[in-house]
Amino acid sequence: MSIGILGKKLGMSQFFDDEGRAVPVTVIEAGPCRITQVKTPTNDGYSAVQVGFGDVREKLVNQPAKGHLKKSGEDLLRHLKEYRVDSTDGVELGSSVTVDAFEPGQKVDVSGDTMGRGFSGYQKRHGFSRGPMTHGSKNHREPGSTGAGTTPGRIYPGKRMAGRYGGTKTTVKGLVVLKVDSERNLLVVKGSVPGKPGALLSIRPAVRVGAKATA
Amino acid sequence: MTAEETATKTEETAVASATEEAPAKKAAAAKVSTRKLSAEELMRSFEEGQIKSDLPDVYVGDTVKVGVRIREGNKERVQPYEGVVIAKRHGGMHETITVRRIFQGIGVERVFMIHSPQVASIKVERRGKVRRAKLFYLRERMGKATRVKQRFDR
Repeated sequence: MSIGILGKKLGMSQFFDDEGRAVPVTVIEAGPCRITQVKTPTNDGYSAVQVGFGDVREKLVNQPAKGHLKKSGEDLLRHLKEYRVDSTDGVELGSSVTVDAFEPGQKVDVSGDTMGRGFSGYQKRHGFSRGPMTHGSKNHREPGSTGAGTTPGRIYPGKRMAGRYGGTKTTVKGLVVLKVDSERNLLVVKGSVPGKPGALLSIRPAVRVGAKATA
Repeated sequence: MTAEETATKTEETAVASATEEAPAKKAAAAKVSTRKLSAEELMRSFEEGQIKSDLPDVYVGDTVKVGVRIREGNKERVQPYEGVVIAKRHGGMHETITVRRIFQGIGVERVFMIHSPQVASIKVERRGKVRRAKLFYLRERMGKATRVKQRFDR
Protein backbone atom coordinates (compact mmCIF):
# COMPACT_ATOMS: atom_id res chain seq x y z
CA MET A 1 0.00 0.00 0.00
CA SER A 2 1.25 3.43 -0.77
CA ILE A 3 0.06 6.98 -0.60
CA GLY A 4 -2.28 8.20 -3.29
CA ILE A 5 -3.07 11.69 -4.47
CA LEU A 6 -6.26 13.72 -4.71
CA GLY A 7 -7.17 15.46 -7.92
CA LYS A 8 -9.81 17.13 -10.01
CA LYS A 9 -11.13 15.68 -13.24
CA LEU A 10 -10.59 18.22 -16.02
CA GLY A 11 -12.15 16.30 -18.86
CA MET A 12 -11.48 13.83 -21.63
CA SER A 13 -9.37 14.29 -24.71
CA GLN A 14 -7.05 12.45 -27.03
CA PHE A 15 -3.38 11.69 -26.71
CA PHE A 16 -0.94 10.45 -29.32
CA ASP A 17 1.13 7.64 -27.82
CA ASP A 18 4.63 6.52 -28.81
CA GLU A 19 3.30 4.59 -31.79
CA GLY A 20 1.26 7.56 -32.96
CA ARG A 21 -2.07 6.04 -32.03
CA ALA A 22 -4.77 8.38 -30.79
CA VAL A 23 -5.70 7.14 -27.32
CA PRO A 24 -8.78 8.33 -25.37
CA VAL A 25 -7.54 9.88 -22.14
CA THR A 26 -8.77 11.68 -19.07
CA VAL A 27 -6.80 14.70 -17.90
CA ILE A 28 -6.64 15.06 -14.12
CA GLU A 29 -5.26 18.01 -12.21
CA ALA A 30 -3.72 16.16 -9.28
CA GLY A 31 -2.17 17.69 -6.21
CA PRO A 32 -0.03 19.09 -4.86
CA CYS A 33 -1.46 17.52 -1.72
CA ARG A 34 -0.17 18.36 1.72
CA ILE A 35 0.32 15.62 4.28
CA THR A 36 -1.92 16.76 7.10
CA GLN A 37 -1.59 13.85 9.51
CA VAL A 38 0.55 10.79 9.97
CA LYS A 39 -1.10 7.96 11.89
CA THR A 40 1.12 5.44 13.61
CA PRO A 41 0.31 2.15 15.39
CA THR A 42 1.49 3.55 18.72
CA ASN A 43 -0.75 6.59 18.52
CA ASP A 44 -3.71 5.47 16.47
CA GLY A 45 -3.50 1.70 16.33
CA TYR A 46 -2.76 1.59 12.61
CA SER A 47 -0.56 3.19 9.98
CA ALA A 48 -2.04 5.75 7.63
CA VAL A 49 -1.27 9.04 5.94
CA GLN A 50 -3.86 11.79 5.62
CA VAL A 51 -3.51 14.20 2.72
CA GLY A 52 -5.40 17.38 1.89
CA PHE A 53 -6.18 19.03 -1.41
CA GLY A 54 -7.89 22.08 -2.84
CA ASP A 55 -8.28 25.75 -2.04
CA VAL A 56 -11.12 26.88 0.18
CA ARG A 57 -12.39 30.21 1.50
CA GLU A 58 -11.70 30.79 5.15
CA LYS A 59 -15.33 31.15 6.19
CA LEU A 60 -16.12 27.68 4.91
CA VAL A 61 -13.75 26.00 7.36
CA ASN A 62 -14.84 25.57 10.96
CA GLN A 63 -12.59 26.02 13.96
CA PRO A 64 -11.87 22.33 14.68
CA ALA A 65 -10.84 21.80 11.07
CA LYS A 66 -8.68 24.94 11.12
CA GLY A 67 -6.94 23.71 14.25
CA HIS A 68 -6.30 20.35 12.62
CA LEU A 69 -4.93 21.92 9.42
CA LYS A 70 -2.73 24.40 11.30
CA LYS A 71 -0.60 21.54 12.59
CA SER A 72 0.71 20.81 9.09
CA GLY A 73 0.86 24.17 7.32
CA GLU A 74 -0.51 27.60 6.58
CA ASP A 75 -3.09 27.10 3.84
CA LEU A 76 -6.58 25.80 4.39
CA LEU A 77 -7.64 22.74 2.45
CA ARG A 78 -11.01 21.64 1.15
CA HIS A 79 -10.67 17.88 0.97
CA LEU A 80 -8.97 15.41 3.29
CA LYS A 81 -8.38 11.75 2.61
CA GLU A 82 -6.60 8.99 4.44
CA TYR A 83 -4.49 6.30 2.79
CA ARG A 84 -3.57 3.16 4.71
CA VAL A 85 0.12 2.37 4.44
CA ASP A 86 2.34 -0.48 5.63
CA SER A 87 4.69 1.88 7.41
CA THR A 88 4.92 5.63 7.82
CA ASP A 89 8.73 5.69 7.73
CA GLY A 90 10.05 8.68 5.85
CA VAL A 91 6.68 10.37 5.66
CA GLU A 92 6.92 13.91 6.96
CA LEU A 93 4.04 15.99 8.27
CA GLY A 94 3.47 19.06 6.11
CA SER A 95 5.40 17.78 3.10
CA SER A 96 3.59 17.54 -0.17
CA VAL A 97 2.60 14.76 -2.55
CA THR A 98 2.82 15.72 -6.20
CA VAL A 99 2.24 14.05 -9.54
CA ASP A 100 5.94 13.16 -9.56
CA ALA A 101 4.96 10.21 -7.36
CA PHE A 102 3.61 8.66 -10.56
CA GLU A 103 5.39 7.77 -13.76
CA PRO A 104 4.24 7.07 -17.32
CA GLY A 105 3.33 3.43 -17.87
CA GLN A 106 2.33 2.91 -14.26
CA LYS A 107 -1.08 1.44 -13.47
CA VAL A 108 -3.38 3.31 -11.12
CA ASP A 109 -6.77 2.92 -9.50
CA VAL A 110 -9.00 5.99 -9.72
CA SER A 111 -11.90 6.46 -7.29
CA GLY A 112 -14.64 9.02 -7.38
CA ASP A 113 -18.36 9.56 -7.31
CA THR A 114 -20.23 8.60 -10.47
CA MET A 115 -22.54 11.05 -12.17
CA GLY A 116 -25.82 11.35 -10.27
CA ARG A 117 -28.79 10.36 -12.42
CA GLY A 118 -31.53 11.02 -9.87
CA PHE A 119 -34.59 8.78 -9.70
CA SER A 120 -34.14 6.55 -12.72
CA GLY A 121 -36.40 3.96 -14.24
CA TYR A 122 -35.89 0.28 -14.88
CA GLN A 123 -34.21 0.60 -18.24
CA LYS A 124 -31.60 3.17 -17.37
CA ARG A 125 -30.88 1.77 -13.92
CA HIS A 126 -30.90 -1.98 -14.56
CA GLY A 127 -30.95 -2.37 -18.32
CA PHE A 128 -34.47 -3.88 -18.50
CA SER A 129 -35.88 -4.23 -22.00
CA ARG A 130 -38.64 -2.03 -23.23
CA GLY A 131 -42.20 -3.08 -24.14
CA PRO A 132 -43.75 -2.38 -27.56
CA MET A 133 -44.35 1.33 -28.16
CA THR A 134 -47.33 0.75 -30.53
CA HIS A 135 -49.86 -1.88 -31.65
CA GLY A 136 -52.12 -1.05 -28.72
CA SER A 137 -49.48 -1.75 -26.13
CA LYS A 138 -49.50 0.41 -23.03
CA ASN A 139 -46.52 -1.42 -21.54
CA HIS A 140 -43.82 1.01 -22.66
CA ARG A 141 -41.21 1.32 -19.93
CA GLU A 142 -42.84 -0.82 -17.24
CA PRO A 143 -40.99 -3.42 -15.18
CA GLY A 144 -43.12 -6.49 -15.99
CA SER A 145 -43.77 -9.03 -13.26
CA THR A 146 -42.09 -8.52 -9.90
CA GLY A 147 -42.78 -12.02 -8.61
CA ALA A 148 -45.28 -14.86 -8.16
CA GLY A 149 -48.75 -14.62 -6.53
CA THR A 150 -50.10 -15.76 -3.17
CA THR A 151 -47.01 -17.89 -2.70
CA PRO A 152 -44.75 -16.27 -1.59
CA GLY A 153 -47.13 -13.29 -1.29
CA ARG A 154 -44.29 -10.77 -1.11
CA ILE A 155 -41.59 -9.31 -3.25
CA TYR A 156 -38.20 -10.80 -2.61
CA PRO A 157 -35.63 -8.42 -1.19
CA GLY A 158 -33.15 -7.18 -3.76
CA LYS A 159 -35.73 -7.14 -6.57
CA ARG A 160 -34.43 -4.62 -9.09
CA MET A 161 -36.69 -1.60 -9.24
CA ALA A 162 -36.62 2.07 -10.13
CA GLY A 163 -34.85 4.44 -7.75
CA ARG A 164 -31.86 6.64 -7.14
CA TYR A 165 -29.09 5.88 -9.59
CA GLY A 166 -25.53 7.16 -9.72
CA GLY A 167 -23.72 9.39 -7.29
CA THR A 168 -22.01 6.43 -5.65
CA LYS A 169 -18.33 5.88 -5.08
CA THR A 170 -16.75 3.80 -7.78
CA THR A 171 -13.18 2.71 -8.42
CA VAL A 172 -11.86 2.18 -11.92
CA LYS A 173 -8.93 -0.18 -11.64
CA GLY A 174 -5.78 -0.59 -13.64
CA LEU A 175 -5.78 2.58 -15.69
CA VAL A 176 -2.44 3.30 -17.35
CA VAL A 177 -0.73 6.63 -16.76
CA LEU A 178 0.35 7.97 -20.14
CA LYS A 179 1.83 11.32 -19.19
CA VAL A 180 2.90 13.17 -16.07
CA ASP A 181 3.19 16.95 -16.31
CA SER A 182 4.74 18.17 -13.08
CA GLU A 183 4.84 21.75 -14.33
CA ARG A 184 1.07 21.98 -14.51
CA ASN A 185 0.29 19.17 -12.04
CA LEU A 186 -1.42 17.08 -14.68
CA LEU A 187 -1.91 13.35 -14.80
CA VAL A 188 -3.04 11.84 -18.08
CA VAL A 189 -4.60 8.40 -17.75
CA LYS A 190 -5.95 6.14 -20.46
CA GLY A 191 -9.70 5.65 -20.38
CA SER A 192 -12.53 7.18 -18.44
CA VAL A 193 -12.94 7.92 -14.75
CA PRO A 194 -16.07 8.48 -12.62
CA GLY A 195 -17.87 11.79 -12.46
CA LYS A 196 -18.14 14.96 -14.47
CA PRO A 197 -15.34 17.48 -15.10
CA GLY A 198 -14.60 19.14 -11.78
CA ALA A 199 -15.24 15.99 -9.78
CA LEU A 200 -12.93 15.05 -6.92
CA LEU A 201 -10.84 11.95 -7.61
CA SER A 202 -8.48 9.82 -5.62
CA ILE A 203 -5.62 8.28 -7.58
CA ARG A 204 -3.59 5.44 -6.10
CA PRO A 205 -1.02 3.04 -7.49
CA ALA A 206 -2.98 0.01 -8.66
CA VAL A 207 -3.71 -2.68 -6.11
CA ARG A 208 -4.45 -6.10 -7.47
CA VAL A 209 -6.24 -8.42 -5.11
CA GLY A 210 -4.23 -11.56 -4.53
CA ALA A 211 -1.02 -10.05 -5.85
CA LYS A 212 1.97 -9.59 -3.58
CA ALA A 213 1.86 -6.20 -1.94
CA THR A 214 3.96 -3.67 -3.77
CA ALA A 215 5.82 -0.96 -1.94
CA MET B 1 16.63 5.64 -44.31
CA THR B 2 17.53 8.38 -46.76
CA ALA B 3 19.18 11.65 -45.81
CA GLU B 4 16.07 13.56 -46.77
CA GLU B 5 13.94 11.62 -44.31
CA THR B 6 16.29 12.19 -41.40
CA ALA B 7 16.31 15.88 -42.22
CA THR B 8 12.53 16.15 -42.05
CA LYS B 9 12.54 14.15 -38.84
CA THR B 10 14.94 16.42 -36.98
CA GLU B 11 12.97 19.38 -38.20
CA GLU B 12 9.81 17.90 -36.78
CA THR B 13 11.29 17.15 -33.37
CA ALA B 14 12.48 20.74 -33.21
CA VAL B 15 8.97 21.94 -33.97
CA ALA B 16 7.51 19.59 -31.38
CA SER B 17 9.76 20.90 -28.62
CA ALA B 18 8.95 24.47 -29.64
CA THR B 19 5.22 23.85 -29.30
CA GLU B 20 5.73 22.22 -25.95
CA GLU B 21 7.63 25.20 -24.66
CA ALA B 22 4.86 27.69 -25.37
CA PRO B 23 2.28 26.38 -22.83
CA ALA B 24 5.06 25.86 -20.29
CA LYS B 25 5.94 29.54 -20.57
CA LYS B 26 2.29 30.39 -20.16
CA ALA B 27 2.13 28.33 -16.97
CA ALA B 28 5.25 30.04 -15.63
CA ALA B 29 3.75 33.45 -16.34
CA ALA B 30 0.58 32.43 -14.54
CA LYS B 31 2.61 31.34 -11.53
CA VAL B 32 4.23 34.76 -11.32
CA SER B 33 0.84 36.45 -11.27
CA THR B 34 -0.20 33.87 -8.61
CA ARG B 35 -3.28 33.08 -10.66
CA LYS B 36 -4.09 29.44 -11.14
CA LEU B 37 -4.90 28.24 -14.62
CA SER B 38 -8.55 27.36 -14.97
CA ALA B 39 -9.65 23.87 -15.93
CA GLU B 40 -10.46 25.04 -19.43
CA GLU B 41 -7.07 26.65 -19.90
CA LEU B 42 -5.33 23.53 -18.67
CA MET B 43 -7.27 21.35 -21.09
CA ARG B 44 -6.50 23.72 -23.92
CA SER B 45 -2.81 23.85 -23.12
CA PHE B 46 -2.73 20.04 -22.96
CA GLU B 47 -4.29 19.80 -26.41
CA GLU B 48 -2.28 22.64 -27.93
CA GLY B 49 0.90 20.87 -26.91
CA GLN B 50 0.05 18.13 -29.41
CA ILE B 51 -0.84 20.38 -32.34
CA LYS B 52 1.56 20.61 -35.27
CA SER B 53 2.33 24.16 -36.28
CA ASP B 54 3.96 23.46 -39.64
CA LEU B 55 0.91 22.19 -41.53
CA PRO B 56 -0.26 23.95 -44.69
CA ASP B 57 -3.82 25.27 -44.98
CA VAL B 58 -5.83 22.42 -46.43
CA TYR B 59 -9.24 23.10 -47.97
CA VAL B 60 -11.94 20.75 -49.16
CA GLY B 61 -11.39 20.03 -52.85
CA ASP B 62 -7.61 20.24 -52.67
CA THR B 63 -5.46 17.44 -53.99
CA VAL B 64 -2.99 16.55 -51.29
CA LYS B 65 -0.08 14.19 -50.84
CA VAL B 66 -0.02 12.76 -47.34
CA GLY B 67 3.15 11.13 -46.06
CA VAL B 68 2.08 8.17 -43.92
CA ARG B 69 4.54 6.65 -41.47
CA ILE B 70 4.57 2.88 -41.77
CA ARG B 71 6.44 0.60 -39.43
CA GLU B 72 7.61 -2.77 -40.71
CA GLY B 73 9.32 -4.61 -37.90
CA ASN B 74 11.86 -2.11 -36.67
CA LYS B 75 12.07 -0.17 -39.90
CA GLU B 76 10.04 2.95 -40.38
CA ARG B 77 9.33 4.50 -43.74
CA VAL B 78 7.06 7.16 -45.18
CA GLN B 79 4.56 6.12 -47.79
CA PRO B 80 2.84 8.80 -49.86
CA TYR B 81 -0.92 8.75 -50.37
CA GLU B 82 -2.37 11.18 -52.85
CA GLY B 83 -5.97 12.11 -53.40
CA VAL B 84 -8.74 14.69 -53.13
CA VAL B 85 -9.81 16.04 -49.75
CA ILE B 86 -13.55 15.37 -49.70
CA ALA B 87 -14.26 16.27 -46.07
CA LYS B 88 -12.80 17.96 -43.02
CA ARG B 89 -14.06 17.21 -39.54
CA HIS B 90 -13.50 18.46 -36.00
CA GLY B 91 -11.05 21.12 -34.97
CA GLY B 92 -7.97 21.65 -32.87
CA MET B 93 -5.90 18.54 -32.28
CA HIS B 94 -8.82 16.30 -33.29
CA GLU B 95 -8.97 17.65 -36.83
CA THR B 96 -9.24 15.05 -39.59
CA ILE B 97 -9.31 15.07 -43.38
CA THR B 98 -10.86 12.42 -45.59
CA VAL B 99 -8.77 11.80 -48.69
CA ARG B 100 -10.29 9.94 -51.66
CA ARG B 101 -8.45 8.39 -54.53
CA ILE B 102 -9.16 5.80 -57.17
CA PHE B 103 -6.80 2.86 -56.78
CA GLN B 104 -6.93 0.09 -59.39
CA GLY B 105 -10.45 1.12 -60.35
CA ILE B 106 -11.70 1.03 -56.78
CA GLY B 107 -12.43 4.12 -54.73
CA VAL B 108 -10.39 4.32 -51.53
CA GLU B 109 -11.02 6.81 -48.75
CA ARG B 110 -8.66 7.28 -45.85
CA VAL B 111 -9.28 9.45 -42.83
CA PHE B 112 -6.17 11.11 -41.42
CA MET B 113 -5.85 12.81 -38.07
CA ILE B 114 -3.67 15.59 -39.37
CA HIS B 115 -1.94 16.23 -36.05
CA SER B 116 -1.10 12.55 -35.55
CA PRO B 117 2.58 11.58 -35.55
CA GLN B 118 1.61 8.89 -38.07
CA VAL B 119 1.08 11.66 -40.60
CA ALA B 120 4.64 12.64 -41.47
CA SER B 121 3.77 15.40 -43.92
CA ILE B 122 0.95 16.98 -45.87
CA LYS B 123 1.65 18.66 -49.18
CA VAL B 124 -0.96 20.48 -51.21
CA GLU B 125 -0.49 19.51 -54.86
CA ARG B 126 -3.42 21.38 -56.36
CA ARG B 127 -6.08 23.75 -55.06
CA GLY B 128 -9.63 22.85 -56.02
CA LYS B 129 -12.64 25.06 -56.59
CA VAL B 130 -15.73 23.53 -55.05
CA ARG B 131 -19.07 24.76 -53.75
CA ARG B 132 -19.63 22.18 -51.03
CA ALA B 133 -18.06 21.55 -47.64
CA LYS B 134 -18.40 17.80 -48.16
CA LEU B 135 -17.72 16.29 -51.57
CA PHE B 136 -19.54 13.00 -51.04
CA TYR B 137 -21.12 13.38 -54.48
CA LEU B 138 -17.76 12.31 -55.94
CA ARG B 139 -18.49 8.78 -54.71
CA GLU B 140 -21.21 8.32 -57.30
CA ARG B 141 -19.10 9.62 -60.15
CA MET B 142 -16.64 7.80 -62.36
CA GLY B 143 -13.73 8.83 -64.54
CA LYS B 144 -13.76 12.32 -65.97
CA ALA B 145 -16.71 13.44 -63.86
CA THR B 146 -14.63 13.15 -60.67
CA ARG B 147 -12.37 15.99 -61.71
CA VAL B 148 -12.36 19.05 -59.47
CA LYS B 149 -11.84 22.42 -61.12
CA GLN B 150 -8.58 24.07 -60.18
CA ARG B 151 -8.43 27.46 -58.50
CA PHE B 152 -5.40 29.71 -58.46
CA ASP B 153 -6.23 32.33 -55.86
CA ARG B 154 -5.07 30.35 -52.82
